[in-house]
Amino acid sequence: MQEVLNQRIETAKASASYLPSEERTKAMTWLQANGLPHAKAEEYKYTHLTKVLEKEFSLQAGVAKSVVTKEQLSGLLFESVEAHHVVLVDGVFAPELSRIAADSKQLEISAFHEAQQKPAYLQYAAKEAHAEADPFIALNTAFASNGLFIEVKRGAAVELPVILYHISSASDAKPVIYPRNLIVVGENAQVKLVEHYITLGEAATFTNSVTEIVCQQDALVDYYKLQFNNPSAHQVGTTQVLQVKKSVFTATTVSLDGKMLRNNLNIVMDDEHCESNMWGLYLLNGKSHVDNHTMVDHRKPNALSNENYKGIMDGNSTAVFNGKIFVRQDAQKTNAFQSNRNILLSNDASVNTKPQLEIWADDVKCSHGCTIGQMDEEQLFYLRARGLSYESARAMLLHAFAADVIQNIKIEGIRTLLEELIIERLSK
Amino acid sequence: MLSIKNLHANIEGKEILRGINLEVKAGEVHAIMGPNGSGKSTLASVLAGREEYEVTEGSVEFLGKDLLELAPEDRAREGVFLAFQYPVEIPGVSTTNFLKSAVNQVREYKGLPPLDAVSFLSMMKERMKLVEIDQSLLSRSLNEGFSGGEKKRNEIFQMAMLEPKLALLDETDSGLDIDALRIVSQGVNKLKNKDNAVVVVTHYQRLLEYIVPDYVHVLYKGRIVKSGTKELALELEEKGYDWIKEEVGEVL
Ligand SMILES: Nc1ncnc2c1ncn2[C@@H]1O[C@H](COP(=O)(O)OP(=O)(O)OP(=O)(O)O)[C@@H](O)[C@H]1O
Ligand SMILES: [Mg+2]
Repeated sequence: MQEVLNQRIETAKASASYLPSEERTKAMTWLQANGLPHAKAEEYKYTHLTKVLEKEFSLQAGVAKSVVTKEQLSGLLFESVEAHHVVLVDGVFAPELSRIAADSKQLEISAFHEAQQKPAYLQYAAKEAHAEADPFIALNTAFASNGLFIEVKRGAAVELPVILYHISSASDAKPVIYPRNLIVVGENAQVKLVEHYITLGEAATFTNSVTEIVCQQDALVDYYKLQFNNPSAHQVGTTQVLQVKKSVFTATTVSLDGKMLRNNLNIVMDDEHCESNMWGLYLLNGKSHVDNHTMVDHRKPNALSNENYKGIMDGNSTAVFNGKIFVRQDAQKTNAFQSNRNILLSNDASVNTKPQLEIWADDVKCSHGCTIGQMDEEQLFYLRARGLSYESARAMLLHAFAADVIQNIKIEGIRTLLEELIIERLSK
Repeated sequence: MLSIKNLHANIEGKEILRGINLEVKAGEVHAIMGPNGSGKSTLASVLAGREEYEVTEGSVEFLGKDLLELAPEDRAREGVFLAFQYPVEIPGVSTTNFLKSAVNQVREYKGLPPLDAVSFLSMMKERMKLVEIDQSLLSRSLNEGFSGGEKKRNEIFQMAMLEPKLALLDETDSGLDIDALRIVSQGVNKLKNKDNAVVVVTHYQRLLEYIVPDYVHVLYKGRIVKSGTKELALELEEKGYDWIKEEVGEVL
């Protein structure tokens, strides 16, 4: 693997990229020295992405070779949702396929190559997601050649959600796709962001993404990551968030399909009175595997983090939840709550859940809890004793279990769509 | 309506019901009394179809059908209703929410068209008055944070919505203060007619002053050891169960 990786790095060195060159070089050097995680690497031991890469993918950066047409995308985008629809094909921004009705005084969306001189880009690009923190951040930083830069201007309350569609054109060469996003939300600005992944065709795909989000003072950011398109998708993505004073960041991660999905959500609360919410729902079937690693780093006092991940697992599916909460010595009066609850519907499904709290401050309120269980027979019987069929009683209970995550989705069209998908899935 | 013959049931290999015989006819009210642990709730659960219990012997016929053959939901659709002694909490599911599906699935079973939202709501409003229950309670997660009395009132409200042929009320009086007891009992009485029947499980005569039984049975160690009229309940209230235990001691 290392050999192939080194070759690719050599090729990448010779080719152009719009990512900051210093960070890119750092990432390459790091990869040359450390490689990708081996089977026993602590952070990736349940999710063997390296093996998949080695066996099935070429590591080649995905260049948009095949031309994707509007017709091909019809029915795949959330047409009914009024939004700024931003399409990226194999990691490359495709303005001709996008529908953006933004007022540039409020919202600017551009590719990295157009953003090179923008102050916010210069200040933050590749500054928060560190290559040495995660091999797949390094991989993306080394191999992504372009990216998407979104700037929400100071004071702007962007009304329509911004939806990023990451399209894999899934050519036969099995490239890896490296989406790279930088989103800077200015002081007192508000925005709803969605990342959604779509594969054209049935082919297996591998996506390695990095999204950096900066929430300036008093910013209000809702972020949604949706994974329900392709049962043969492999994905490892990092959402790296920096929060400044009094900002509120909410992430909702919903995973319904995928061969092997790894979501890293890292939130650094670098200022006082920040609030972050991490909601997650994974509803898996077949041989899907989803691994959610979250990390919230309380660096300053008086901040609140709230985490609630729920899993419903059927078939042979597997899930991993790892929730790190760091409360630094300075971060007095921190409130940090974490919960991960799982229902196993089949004997062959499994969940691995691990809270990881490291607290150096003394005046904090922290709580965490994980549960893995079956359907509650008492509840099932109660509803059946009222005349509900087994199937509808089961669906109702599971839906109620999932509801507190779904209810938090503030984009109505997407919430409704997910509700429908979930009800359909649970009624099977 | 209901005919129980020599019913035996086990849980976890332990025999709890040991030969129950009971006949309930349309229009009747039966009371089942008996010391703690004698099997009253077990009987109610077996009739409602709780699957943990294994019926090892005997038969139960309900309106000409073999009740034991039916799934719990089909028993409910045929008209059996169990007001639980300990109603379970269901976070995220409100009474309104599941009752709408329940009522319509029962209707579908009977070949009736579903109720639309408007008719369902007006039916709710009407039945809510019957047990003086508040809309806000019905919109909350079922039984979550309900007081004992609220839980029981909610059970009877559901009964009013489902209009069962046979209502099994398992200690519906426990947790109710005297005013609530009166309201709930009056609700049950209003729902009573010549075509349906009620079986109340209770430890106390007080409930039976409101819901007046035609027959009173004493369940002891998994059998009905004594049956009588409402005077038997008075006697039990006065004297407790020891005399019955003595009376049946030699038989058991
Ligand atoms: N799930 C169970 N597992 C094991 N034993 C059980 C279970 N449920 C009931 N039992 C036992 O069965 C017996 C009868 O219980 P049941 O609840 O039917 O009594 P009861 O007459 O309703 O009592 P009470 O008046 O206290 O409500 C008791 O000895 C009880 O411990
Ligand atoms: Mg009981």
